[in-house]
Amino acid sequence: MSGANASLDRRLHLKSSRPARYEAMFEIRAFEDRVQAMFFEGLVHGTTHTCQGQEAVSVGIAAAARPTDKVTCTYRGHGHALALGMPPLTVLAEIMGRRIGSVGGLGGSMHLCDMSVGLLPTFAIVGAGIPVAAGAAVTAQVKGTDGAAIAIFGDGAANIGAFHEGLNLAAIWKLPAVFICENNQYGEYSAIHLTTPVENIADRAASYGMPGEVVDGQDVDTVEAAVAGALARARAGEGPSLLEMKTYRYAGHSRADTAPYRPEGEFDRWYERDPINTYRRRLIDDGDLTEEEAGRIEARVTARIAEAEAEASAADQATVEDMFTNIHAP
Amino acid sequence: MRKMRMNQAVATALADEMRDNPDVVMFGEDIAVAEGPFKTSAGLLKEFGSSRVRDTPISEMGFLGAAVGAASTGLRPVVEIMFIEFIGVALDQLVTEAAKFHYLSRGTVSVPLTVRGSIGAGLGFGCQHSQTLESWMYSTPGVKLAVASGAHNAYGLLRAAIRDDNPVVFLEPRALYAKREPVQRGEEGIIPLGQAATVREGSDVTVVALGAMVPTALQAVEATSWSAEVIDLQTLVPYDKGALLESVAKTGRLVTVEENPLTGGWGGEITAFVAGELFADLEAPPVRITCPDIHVPYGKELEQRYLPGPDYVSAQIGSLLDTGTRPPHWWESQEVMA
Repeated sequence: MSGANASLDRRLHLKSSRPARYEAMFEIRAFEDRVQAMFFEGLVHGTTHTCQGQEAVSVGIAAAARPTDKVTCTYRGHGHALALGMPPLTVLAEIMGRRIGSVGGLGGSMHLCDMSVGLLPTFAIVGAGIPVAAGAAVTAQVKGTDGAAIAIFGDGAANIGAFHEGLNLAAIWKLPAVFICENNQYGEYSAIHLTTPVENIADRAASYGMPGEVVDGQDVDTVEAAVAGALARARAGEGPSLLEMKTYRYAGHSRADTAPYRPEGEFDRWYERDPINTYRRRLIDDGDLTEEEAGRIEARVTARIAEAEAEASAADQATVEDMFTNIHAP
Repeated sequence: MRKMRMNQAVATALADEMRDNPDVVMFGEDIAVAEGPFKTSAGLLKEFGSSRVRDTPISEMGFLGAAVGAASTGLRPVVEIMFIEFIGVALDQLVTEAAKFHYLSRGTVSVPLTVRGSIGAGLGFGCQHSQTLESWMYSTPGVKLAVASGAHNAYGLLRAAIRDDNPVVFLEPRALYAKREPVQRGEEGIIPLGQAATVREGSDVTVVALGAMVPTALQAVEATSWSAEVIDLQTLVPYDKGALLESVAKTGRLVTVEENPLTGGWGGEITAFVAGELFADLEAPPVRITCPDIHVPYGKELEQRYLPGPDYVSAQIGSLLDTGTRPPHWWESQEVMA
């Protein structure tokens, strides 16, 4: 099976199936837990930025967007990549520097890409993907397609110039773009209130004459509905929107950060609203999932991650020859 | 061949590419309604409309970033950076994003982006609007870089830059915009990137120049007792190694003429390359003629002093040929600084 088909197949059923959304979120959590452990065990070198706690944002966006829409996202991107459709093997192999990784093992954790589901190379520079998404929306506008572009960035990016310039440009050109701020409460090691004078980043939309909405980022169905609404507006030629997903980063900023700056009790308060546990309960209450089905999904995902790890570990590392490729387009 | 000013040649190249390819679009400050502060986009809005020719806010990071996104997803944008210094606030998008997308997508994303910028001293704009800044960009793998030295190659190189599937920085010396010369239009006028032009043949010394220093070098070597070969590098990344080696193998002497501070200028790279390959063939040390390591001064006289002029270039080359040693830079001389 080719990588492109694998990604698309994984993606499409998120649209309507709630159990599929549960499975996608559970997969991200299992994947990130394992990646974090692998870094601590010294199985992978370099750094990584995991997204446990933010799974509903990734899956909600992927459920609402079309694979033909273009997405820019940050270096905290494993979850978005998986939700958009990239198989765990492709992502993990990239993190492990293997040739079968999405960028041939030359990018690493911060650099994933899969154009078959619209994911542009992920951005390791805070905010840089915001104007780039605006540009992808220009392409849709000039070519007259009903495509849209989505920029996913953190709360930290709301204070960098690219945020202002990208949103301003998208607004004056009425671009089919959706700007999604994943407010996980911390920009690197600093709490949001230390760096940002407004309670809601969504309020900044007013400066650009675009709608801004605060969304519960812990609820995948709510995220999906909000993104679907903004995308419909974009496709109808009504211009961009800013959505702020309130969510929480369970891990520290990166591999080296154990987040000692977190106030006592904060994690526990957020964990009560864990997006995966609450969704599991709700699906069972609503009759969309049985306990047994949930158990089968979880076992299937756990096996999939273990298989991916075994396969990636056995795969070839990128070679010296590889590192001289794709410097220039032919 | 029709004679054109260099700014007209730029506008003509843009128009010809836009006619050939509907994916070519333009973003920049004052380029549409006002047709560009240097009139390098005259007539384009009228012919191609506001979807393809877009005025932007004063927001280089925003519109250069948007151009990177547009280029990555199917358009072929040309961005105008009014004065090349303005790229400072947007450099991330060029050197960290655009330059690396092809690599970071395993070759599935290309960034056919052209970044045009006006460069250079001589018009009294002061030190924040008069640099050339090739040295900020030429050491970034993934980015190509070409510099116009007149209307003819402005047309030919710009069309090649737009057709290239990589990010290409295309620099236009402001001091040359008003200069007229014959321009070969159409396909046959396109000058491939990576090719130098031998603009004057000679046997005693190879003079390598770029941009506005090409006409300066040509003027410098006219009516001398020695015979200079003048090479217009045209493309700095990738530069034409073959043309340099062939010429220096013949002349045995290398001089670079650069409109940039001495330290970190492109001539250092060229000199190291040629000297490394042809050390035994050199009859004299390679000489770099550059600006001093200072800011571009404002006053007319000082600004001309700052720039390598034809008389100075001629004297430096003449001294090299006479003595076989490197003549001091003018600012190294006691009398001048006293």
